[in-house]
Amino acid sequence: MLFTSYSFLIFIALLFVIYYTIPKKYQWKLLLFASYLFYAFAGVKFLGYILLTTISVYLVSHKIDKLHQMRTQYLSKHKGELSREEKKEYKLSIKAIQWKWLLFTLFINFGILAVLKYTNFTIANINYLTQAFGNGRQLSFWNLALPMGISFYTFQTMGYIIDVYRGKYAPEKNLFKLALFVSFFPQLIQGPISRFDDLSKTLFKEKSFNNKSVNFGLQRIMWGFFKKVVIADRILIGVTTIVSNPDTYQGVFVFVGMLFYALQLYADFTGGIDITLGIAEVLGIKVQENFNRPYFSKSIKEFWRRWHITLGTWFKEYLFYPISVCRPMLKLSKFSRRIFGDAIGKRIPVYLATLVVWFTTGIWHGSSWNFVVWGLMNSLVILVSQEFEPLYERFHNKFKIQHTFGFRSFQVARTILLMSSLRLFDCYRDVPLTFKMFGTMFTNYNVNILFNGDLMNLGLSMADYIVLLMGLVLLLTVSLIQRNGSVRSQLEIQPLVLRYAIYYSLIIAVIILGAYGVGYDSSQFIYNQF
Amino acid sequence: MKILLDILNELHPDIEFENHNKLIDDGVLDSFDIVSLIAEIDSEFDVAIPAEEIIPDNFNSAKALYALIERLSDED
Repeated sequence: MLFTSYSFLIFIALLFVIYYTIPKKYQWKLLLFASYLFYAFAGVKFLGYILLTTISVYLVSHKIDKLHQMRTQYLSKHKGELSREEKKEYKLSIKAIQWKWLLFTLFINFGILAVLKYTNFTIANINYLTQAFGNGRQLSFWNLALPMGISFYTFQTMGYIIDVYRGKYAPEKNLFKLALFVSFFPQLIQGPISRFDDLSKTLFKEKSFNNKSVNFGLQRIMWGFFKKVVIADRILIGVTTIVSNPDTYQGVFVFVGMLFYALQLYADFTGGIDITLGIAEVLGIKVQENFNRPYFSKSIKEFWRRWHITLGTWFKEYLFYPISVCRPMLKLSKFSRRIFGDAIGKRIPVYLATLVVWFTTGIWHGSSWNFVVWGLMNSLVILVSQEFEPLYERFHNKFKIQHTFGFRSFQVARTILLMSSLRLFDCYRDVPLTFKMFGTMFTNYNVNILFNGDLMNLGLSMADYIVLLMGLVLLLTVSLIQRNGSVRSQLEIQPLVLRYAIYYSLIIAVIILGAYGVGYDSSQFIYNQF
Repeated sequence: MKILLDILNELHPDIEFENHNKLIDDGVLDSFDIVSLIAEIDSEFDVAIPAEEIIPDNFNSAKALYALIERLSDED
């Protein structure tokens, strides 16, 4: 059931009405029921996976917590009797048991994700190798279907169990509440990846109908729909034409396709998240923001702090830091300092952890070499710019143009172009073709296609281009207004007539300008596939 | 404390670490800085800061960071 399908609209409309009609103590239970119903629409057979994750994490989180309590009780009971060493030894022995339980849960859950997501990718690679170097015997592919949202809910739930292991908060006592945290339907299929201590503040609370919150939520849903059906689904046509016909569309076409895809992905993903956050807001639930005007970033590093924020935070807290500050890594750092000197030695933890994180980020997005290379290229750009930083500093000290509008615009444009060119890996069918098509931008100067009408043959009419241009201007305007705070709050203080003119224009735009074809069912959100 | 301030100053010579108390909130220290810092602290103080201690409260000021080092070194 896609967010933009008619059945989903009926589903949420019914849910909203029932949610605010029933006694408040049943609200979260209704959400749990609705979430499982939503999930069952994708396939009843998939319910087993999400149930297994929920139950395994519930049981192990309580086992870990019991060990926490046991440790506290034992230490307070034997306070005066134990030496410092004995206390330390006891703590370590408990930690070791907790660690085994944590590893067991991580292994089961990431194992399921890995088997379902990467088995056929691994088989394809083995087949390639046996074809090239071995006896040519080919393994058959497995018939595996990926349960909806598994990459998102697995990450969210594993974050929860790691937090409980770290003693950040106590585990949720009620299995059904935990089940709702894992399966909360608006964020199940494309995030954000929430943290329990953050989401639980409002998820289980009893809510009264709040006019402002419902109003703001509906506005955000509508804005999300606008981005998705008016912009993303329209420009998708142009992107598909260019990237599916690499023999025909080269050079400047690739550049155009690259910029089109940057706009499509932004409108698609942020639109989907707007719908998610809007639904949650109508329900009185606060879900963390996933974007902070990313296309205004001045560097790739900054971009990744502002794009898909919750995934970046997940990787930073649960992968980057644990790898880069673990004892073996610190030992390796000390060792490399002795051998290679301070300059290289101190870079080792950061470099290794960055490569691991970006390899994983790549493979998280999809089981193909395109995503692996995309991830590693991101890390390369980040590490190279890190190395250039002293040079940039010297440059800025000399020329003092860092804070000028012109230089900042250059930085923003540079980041957009860099990010967009890396995303070509997301567009073309394999890595060699991506490099080849990227190369054609520098060898095939067919600039005339911008003026000779060829752009009209991409499946987009002049009317489509006008709508897209207006959409782009609107996106830019909203982003600029956001610098001064929430757009909806600023709109709220405008005269009634102006406000309603804007609301109705948006609704009419979605109805009339949505890229609906015959037998329309909006195309899938890009991030639903991950 | 002086050793810690020296380490911090080496990372960002332009920042007055003694008086700054929003090093994370203001984005002065990023994740790369934090990892370098932890490696330096391990080397100078022989204290390994585990990943779960990397929270803004512990890294927002030199004072808070020094308190963390002292606490972890007491626990050792």
